[in-house]
Amino acid sequence: MAHQTGIRFLLNGQDIVLEDVKATTTLLDFLRLEQRLTGTKEGCAEGDCGACTVLVGRLHGGALRYEAVNACIRFLASLNGCHVVTVEHLSGPKGRLHPVQQAMVEYHGSQCGFCTPGFVMSLYALWMENAQPTETQVETAVQGNLCRCTGYEPIVKAALAVNQYGTPANDYLTTEREALTAKLKAIQPQARVVTGPGDDRAILPLDAADLAQVLAENPKATIVAGSTDVGLWVTKFMKPISPVVFVSHLEELKAIELTDEALIIGAGVTYTESEAAIRDAFPHLSAYWDRIAGWQVRNMGTIGGNIANGSPIGDTPPVLISLGAEVTLQKKGGSRTLPLEEFFIDYGKQDREPGDFVASIRIPLRRDGQIDAAYKISKRRDEDISSVAAGISVEVADGVITAARIAFGGMAATPKRAAGAEVALVGQPWGEAAFDAAAEAVKQDFTPLSDWRASADYRALSASNLLRRFYLEHDAATAGAVRLAVA
Amino acid sequence: MKDHQTISGAVHHDRQHDSAIKHVTGRAEYTDDIAEPYGTLHAYLGVSTVTHANIKGIDLSAVRNAPGVVDVLTAADVPGVNDISPTGKHDEPVFPTEKVEFHGQPMFAVIAETRDTARRAAELAQVDYEVLPHALDPVQAQEAGYPMVTDPLKLERGDVAAGRKGAAHRIQAQMTVGGQDHMYLEGHIAFAIPGEDEDVTVHCSTQHPSEAQHMVAHVLGVANNAVTVNVRRMGGGFGGKESQMNLFCAVAAIAAKKHNRPVKIRPDRDQDMTATGKRHDFVIDYDVAFDDAGRIQAVEGGFAARCGYSSDLSGPVTDRALFHADNAYFYPNVLLKSRPMKTNTVSNTAFRGFGGPQGVVAAERMIEEIAYALGKDPLDVRKANFYGEEGRDLTPYHQKVEDNILDRLIGELEENAEYRKRREEIIAINKESKIIKKGIALTPVKFGISFTATHYNQAGSLIHVYNDGSIHLNHGGTEMGQGLNTKVAQVVADAFQVDFERIKITKTTTEKVPNTSATAASSGSDLNGMAALDAVEQIIARLTKFAAEKYEVSEAEVEFLPNRVRVGGEVIPFDTLVKQAYMARVQLSAAGFYKTPEIHWDRAAGKGQPFFYYAYGASCSEVSVDTLTGEYRVERTDILHDVGRSLNPILDKGQVEGAFIQGMGWLTTEELWWDGAGRLRTHAPSTYKIPLASDRPRIFNTGLAEWSVNKKRTIKRSKAVGEPPFMLGISVFEALSMAVASTADYKVCPRLDAPATPERVLMAIETLKGRG
Repeated sequence: MAHQTGIRFLLNGQDIVLEDVKATTTLLDFLRLEQRLTGTKEGCAEGDCGACTVLVGRLHGGALRYEAVNACIRFLASLNGCHVVTVEHLSGPKGRLHPVQQAMVEYHGSQCGFCTPGFVMSLYALWMENAQPTETQVETAVQGNLCRCTGYEPIVKAALAVNQYGTPANDYLTTEREALTAKLKAIQPQARVVTGPGDDRAILPLDAADLAQVLAENPKATIVAGSTDVGLWVTKFMKPISPVVFVSHLEELKAIELTDEALIIGAGVTYTESEAAIRDAFPHLSAYWDRIAGWQVRNMGTIGGNIANGSPIGDTPPVLISLGAEVTLQKKGGSRTLPLEEFFIDYGKQDREPGDFVASIRIPLRRDGQIDAAYKISKRRDEDISSVAAGISVEVADGVITAARIAFGGMAATPKRAAGAEVALVGQPWGEAAFDAAAEAVKQDFTPLSDWRASADYRALSASNLLRRFYLEHDAATAGAVRLAVA
Repeated sequence: MKDHQTISGAVHHDRQHDSAIKHVTGRAEYTDDIAEPYGTLHAYLGVSTVTHANIKGIDLSAVRNAPGVVDVLTAADVPGVNDISPTGKHDEPVFPTEKVEFHGQPMFAVIAETRDTARRAAELAQVDYEVLPHALDPVQAQEAGYPMVTDPLKLERGDVAAGRKGAAHRIQAQMTVGGQDHMYLEGHIAFAIPGEDEDVTVHCSTQHPSEAQHMVAHVLGVANNAVTVNVRRMGGGFGGKESQMNLFCAVAAIAAKKHNRPVKIRPDRDQDMTATGKRHDFVIDYDVAFDDAGRIQAVEGGFAARCGYSSDLSGPVTDRALFHADNAYFYPNVLLKSRPMKTNTVSNTAFRGFGGPQGVVAAERMIEEIAYALGKDPLDVRKANFYGEEGRDLTPYHQKVEDNILDRLIGELEENAEYRKRREEIIAINKESKIIKKGIALTPVKFGISFTATHYNQAGSLIHVYNDGSIHLNHGGTEMGQGLNTKVAQVVADAFQVDFERIKITKTTTEKVPNTSATAASSGSDLNGMAALDAVEQIIARLTKFAAEKYEVSEAEVEFLPNRVRVGGEVIPFDTLVKQAYMARVQLSAAGFYKTPEIHWDRAAGKGQPFFYYAYGASCSEVSVDTLTGEYRVERTDILHDVGRSLNPILDKGQVEGAFIQGMGWLTTEELWWDGAGRLRTHAPSTYKIPLASDRPRIFNTGLAEWSVNKKRTIKRSKAVGEPPFMLGISVFEALSMAVASTADYKVCPRLDAPATPERVLMAIETLKGRG
């Protein structure tokens, strides 16, 4: 089948057909420079401030869903078949303000106004999903939006009041949902898309088999799922990444399967899409999941990407390793599965052969007597990169620790198990002595670095103390709180 | 026209920000949103990749040869003077010629057809450096014998040695206070459009259009009258756009004139944060003597600041640190000295509070020291040392504190926040709770209002009443989100007694009001509100005289009612009177002016009355700390703040809340971190962490002291609000300190350095371990 050479998508109320789209053109630059839709702002160009927040609607299992995303690190080519909604498209009945906008005005939620369109879009996404949010849900929805003027108080109050000014049932994206869905269905790709110049080429495979084929043809291609990391290679480091293979549209990589033994998550599943399944199977990860980046990034970023990029400070590898997760790599003509910790060979080096792509992650379900915890320490509680992240899983039978899997991020060049601490625990009776020994042993397991996130001393001490916390949190005799409440 | 009983947008009433609807719809225009004329070029800065070096050679051929590059500007392209130092010290070149003095220092600018082209080409320069040793902080700088960037200040009163002799206790220690990036959401930007002759117009995001104008003229070698600078609004300023836009305006203007094409320059966030100045870090040596009751007898303080490679505003910033090293406390004998140290870092600049917060933090640290040394509640130590009656009312700079309202203000907050009861409860909880410890603190702020450079305390306005009765308002202040334009328009509406909607707020431009001061030092509405009022009063006087003559009544019988004017027995619409006045050839435009009275300052002597008045406030914060990791959260904050008779209570409340959170961020999660090579490594929101919505206190009560009236004749008896509440964040810092102190039974002052990141909190706990 012949390749398509351009992309099609909806922008607000307009059909956009573009030939020859560069792989590295961002949605933000397209909006501001080519469409003169200047309501969407650039604050940081790294997905950390939210001033560029827009909604992207996409078909998922046949249904159209809208999510807040960062336009600054979202590549234009990845929007093929999607609906982009910017602040300019919001309106209320009879030309009045949209309920979200009205609430922001009534509660004095803007001062300098530069972050405001981004907040409006995040709160719009929240309101459509949950018209009567709690304060904590509001805070979670705007984790990815910085405001330097208001101190957030009036913005949160506005968010809690939006529903007084209108209901999502009357919103354009609800009333027009059927028509929009049909429009998007009509522009879904029927063939592989190959677009852009040779030195900035974008390839959108038609399906997973085509992805394997594309990677066989282009073994050095950059695979981009959520672009929450690769986006910065372009906007910050100006690195050439061509050819780029986009995978976020591939339904086959978005499967979530729950068997009797394991939860299997496709590599293209975003943090947001996996949230419910993770929460049900691994309740200890629920709060942790909310601390991965901000909402916009969770809507784009994938677990597969978090693993594949091999960062020593990714949030998911330590907690997945502690749960005994395995990763499946696929390429044309075959696949292989390995324990997740073995995937990480060294800093910047993973066990991924040319043509391989991360296909799925298999997390064994919890066994009886298994106790799990996930900890993240960062300078700022939310939307920060961890200085130390830890996944701890121990199995206890008849008061004796029979197994321990402990993995840390931020402590070494890769996400890594704490072998000494595990040895210190296994075979010991559950008790303070065992964990004191593990807390000492973990200091020998790692030689962490000092950097702007934390000193080596702090990393070592807090890693050690996290083992003490684990014990205190799960010991029946402990009185009083041992961890700060989340909300 | 509706026959209103009252006008809309009257003073002392809540009024939404005049641009609120434009903000929420994305229609508010910022500099980068202005439509670019055909032929617009884009500039991007090329910067040094070393921290301190002689420039032996610079090869720009690869930059010039990159496709799409039109030109590369270096120092040789500066037609006028290669200097943009705001205080005329000639220590800050547009581009250096002989040496670079910090990592990321701009060395040249690429001019290209697109911003992306310019940005990529800027990476291609080959520079031959002779690397020199560097000093990054004020301690290293002093050890290396670095000079000060400007003259230090000394404030002295009484006899410190004698004061110490009579005191039972003395504590000497050191405190390090970190800097802060402004992290305005809209970064720096300038957009220059060339005109005929020597003219150039620059649209930019600056708090100080007049300075930008003068700097552009200076580097172009033309008269000020050739340069126009326009600012409609900024996406945040906080002091970061008081002098730091000079560079961008200069580059855009030079390129625009050289190529006769519009030129825009916008650094990315990382370059904005590495190439422009921040709040000064300080290393403070304090030496406090006190009696058994906790009353301070003598204070000696040394304030060494990381100023960066040039003076910029470091002189007045370090001066203000000394002006506020007393905060709210009377020091019977005092000696304070500043050390504005040169360092191989970006030149630090103005930031909300302008050095004041660093002084206030030092004062509060001394209070803490006394409290822990004597086993007292810090609030009692505070109260024992507040400024008081005759004999206890003189500041270290010999100005009398005559408007102190802290007794009442603190008393109300103490009661409303139930401070005493909660402190007792917290101490009890801490006894039982093994891991989570709590802390509470109630801290005051007293902040002096006026520019300490006395000549800055002037402002102008220009008001036109058109013959349809619509009003055009212009003044020298700039809008950065604080609602200045709204407040000034309220003043104008109130004075004319017309609806707010009748007034068109227009962009700040050097064409309408000349020789303005920066919108800074919290002075915006004090100065510009008065200047606008002056203009309105002139027009009203003319209208009154005209009406009295026309209707043959006395001027006393002319009264401006809401949207109408009563002339003798007749009431006529405002529009009608205006139209009649126009027909009778009455001038309906006026330039207003204001200068702050009473103030004077002799810097050499360290004496005078630098401040017109003081603004006060207090906050009470409670925190919980995880002693295993140092993580914390703010459980509750109560604020009571003094804005005099507020011009607009809801906007003032917004300033207070926002300032508190920003001050809290400065002292908690916002950390500037340089590596050994001299590179700032926290230079974007991914690495530099300002507070989020979820960092707000779980309970957050903010109140204005509604009973407060400015004793001085300020605009409608209001008080400045921009900076003073920033220091309310200190209560969080001290509450953290108390939680840490609980691990050693409150017997040792934890001496937390700022920012109190989770790491610093945990390490402070470790230090205290075993000392209880």
